Amino acid sequence: MKQNATFFDEMLATPGDVRDPYKVYFDWFENEDLKRLRRKSEDAEAFFRRIGITFNVYGQDEADERLIPFDIVPRIIAAREWAKLERGIEQRVRAINAFLYDIYHGQEILRAGRIPRELISGNEAFCPEMIGVNPPGGVYTHICGVDLVRTGEDDFFVLEDNVRTPSGVSYMLENRETMLQMFPELFTQLKVRPVSAYPQRLRRSLSDSAPASSPNDKPVVAVLTPGIHNSAYFEHAFLADQMGAELVESHDLQIVDGHVAMRTTQGYQIIDVLYRRVDDAYLDPLTFNPDSMLGVPGIMDVYRAGNITLANAPGTGIADDKALYSYLPDIIEFYTGEQAILKNVPTWRCSEPDALAHVLANLKDLVVKEVHGSGGYGMLVGPAASKKELAAFEKKLRAKPSNYIAQPTLSLSTVPILSKAGLAPRHVDLRPFVLVSPNKVEITPGGLTRVALKKGSLVVNSSQGGGTKDTWVLGD
Amino acid sequence: MMLGKTAGGLFWMFRYLERAENTARLLEAGWRIALTRSSNSENEWRSIVTTAGMNVGYEEKFDSYTAANVINYLLRDKDNPSSVMATLDQARSNARMVRTALSSEVWEATNECWMSIKAELARPVSERNLHDVLMAIRFRTSVVRGALHGTMLRNDIFCFSRLGTFIERADNTARILDVKYYVLLPSAAYVGSNIDNAQWEVILRSVSAEQSFRWLYTGSISPMMIADFMILDRRMPRSLAFCYNEIGENLRLLEETYGTRQPCQDQSDAICKLMRGHTVESIFQHGLHEFLGEFVKDTTALSSAIEQNFRFYG
Repeated sequence: MKQNATFFDEMLATPGDVRDPYKVYFDWFENEDLKRLRRKSEDAEAFFRRIGITFNVYGQDEADERLIPFDIVPRIIAAREWAKLERGIEQRVRAINAFLYDIYHGQEILRAGRIPRELISGNEAFCPEMIGVNPPGGVYTHICGVDLVRTGEDDFFVLEDNVRTPSGVSYMLENRETMLQMFPELFTQLKVRPVSAYPQRLRRSLSDSAPASSPNDKPVVAVLTPGIHNSAYFEHAFLADQMGAELVESHDLQIVDGHVAMRTTQGYQIIDVLYRRVDDAYLDPLTFNPDSMLGVPGIMDVYRAGNITLANAPGTGIADDKALYSYLPDIIEFYTGEQAILKNVPTWRCSEPDALAHVLANLKDLVVKEVHGSGGYGMLVGPAASKKELAAFEKKLRAKPSNYIAQPTLSLSTVPILSKAGLAPRHVDLRPFVLVSPNKVEITPGGLTRVALKKGSLVVNSSQGGGTKDTWVLGD
Repeated sequence: MMLGKTAGGLFWMFRYLERAENTARLLEAGWRIALTRSSNSENEWRSIVTTAGMNVGYEEKFDSYTAANVINYLLRDKDNPSSVMATLDQARSNARMVRTALSSEVWEATNECWMSIKAELARPVSERNLHDVLMAIRFRTSVVRGALHGTMLRNDIFCFSRLGTFIERADNTARILDVKYYVLLPSAAYVGSNIDNAQWEVILRSVSAEQSFRWLYTGSISPMMIADFMILDRRMPRSLAFCYNEIGENLRLLEETYGTRQPCQDQSDAICKLMRGHTVESIFQHGLHEFLGEFVKDTTALSSAIEQNFRFYG
């Protein structure tokens, strides 16, 4: 296995020197037959197809169902490494919830001059309809999927906080199921912390966030999906199923006596918590996008009256805004009085003339992202772009600088995948999933490891040819 | 507690699965009669397409009824919204929609059914491989049924699935009989030619009942016996009486589960009662064609009453 000196490999720190968390796995692998492993890899694909864990790619003519490729080499994280990530994530998520409460109430942070006012007032992601609204239990981001990257032994960076509607948790769960079925012997040799309790924890976390006053004996939870054509529909159905919640679409819902209710075979049933997997804009055509066919007219009135919990709360996108991201260390300090445990990636805000000049001068070395973008769409990876692409992007950037931020191209760590020739290093990121309820913050030990399957590629998004791996967090 | 949409999705998922299976049986019967060359095969293929209710669309596209055209039109033609492939697409879409109500075995069987038939029907089906394709359709849909029976709770989810199956099946058997009713009229019995025997056989085969009919009726066969068997015999799993017995039973279970009686149950009971009051002689006296026409109409009305009473749609 060849090593690229400029990247940190999580299995082989230097050639021949296997890092601690991978030792058992590496020995096991050395004694395995490559043919058998490749057959296992094909079995896994057939399994994913049969259970229908597919996604639709937007922008393709045929609404084709595709599989996200799954790599059978696990990504392994030591207990000590995880403990630090856990502390850092919890700190960040608590700060973000405090920030969201503040920004929609007293706006202390603006008055203290810690972040510029125009970053909020002129921001599409700021939701004026949420000003003065108190979410039940005070929770804004019930579910977060913090994207982390690693560049060295102790260097983790937060790339994005994903506090709107993060997806991918079904892959975390199904990838583990698959690995358990395929390689039970590994799980007897290694103490891998389980992830399977996530759906039950999600259910409990959502129930704990239910409005205090409800006509139901027990909180009724439902998952709101845009429908079977949505790219993440599998996950919506999967989570509803695993939680024992109903999977609803907007046309199943109606406002009945000041509550949100779903149409059942026996009449209308009031819902207490709606885990909605639709964007804010499609939530309520009366409040947001009037053309939306997906929303429930009047649901925001019910929300403002405190009669339903929306998870996540509307307006959380402001904390996900890429221009605001660069202020996260200040935000953490402001609300917790502590230094940020996890690092931010240095970010140039193109709205600032000096930063823009720097970005334009160094475009070929930078990653440039749209401030409201996600999913790897509309971004430029400078080192991988052609001259023509760079020129085209420069035009867009000059036309609307405030729409962009730029970051250095990070030397993402690599983890081996099973390639034709055996193990081969590929770049990865990590999305752990975080649950927030009024009582606690829970982080499932593991997450979604996305891997760029193309040699040398740094883009891990599934829509851009990325795959996934099972993520093992080791016990003490 | 069940969403109205989920009840509707289950109902239609199983209607479509039943329909795909019935279309395959029909083709099998048609193919069989074409092979024996005991009759005018163009007429046979026409009546197959008519029974499947696809004659209008077919005639827009083709001038004559040939085996190759009929086979491919019924199985996989993109212009035919009722082809087996389109029907299985619909069944799977509904299954995806109601996935949270299905056991993983039922979902996986449905998904595998769709995947494997899609692969079988990716290219035109020749006469050489027709038998294998039809077998595959019957086999795959049977696996879904087996998973349903073996793994699902006997609750409202099961009831709505079964209602879809039996509404579709009752409608299908009645249509098969109605397209061929003239060969069952008493006057036809006196003809007694080979042609009529072949016609009777195609009717029985299209509901996969030629074998069980032979077990029950030995010796001389009359068209009245066939009509009796397919309409009133409660032992025969595709007869009208059998289907209505199941429909009535599932509606009764829903009444028990929900503690409310819905108007559609009165409609179903009325049809059951009507059938119990009939003998095959009285049906012929009433007029077989008229009886079947009313039956199809009543079944359609019952289906929409179920949809409304249980709030399938908004």
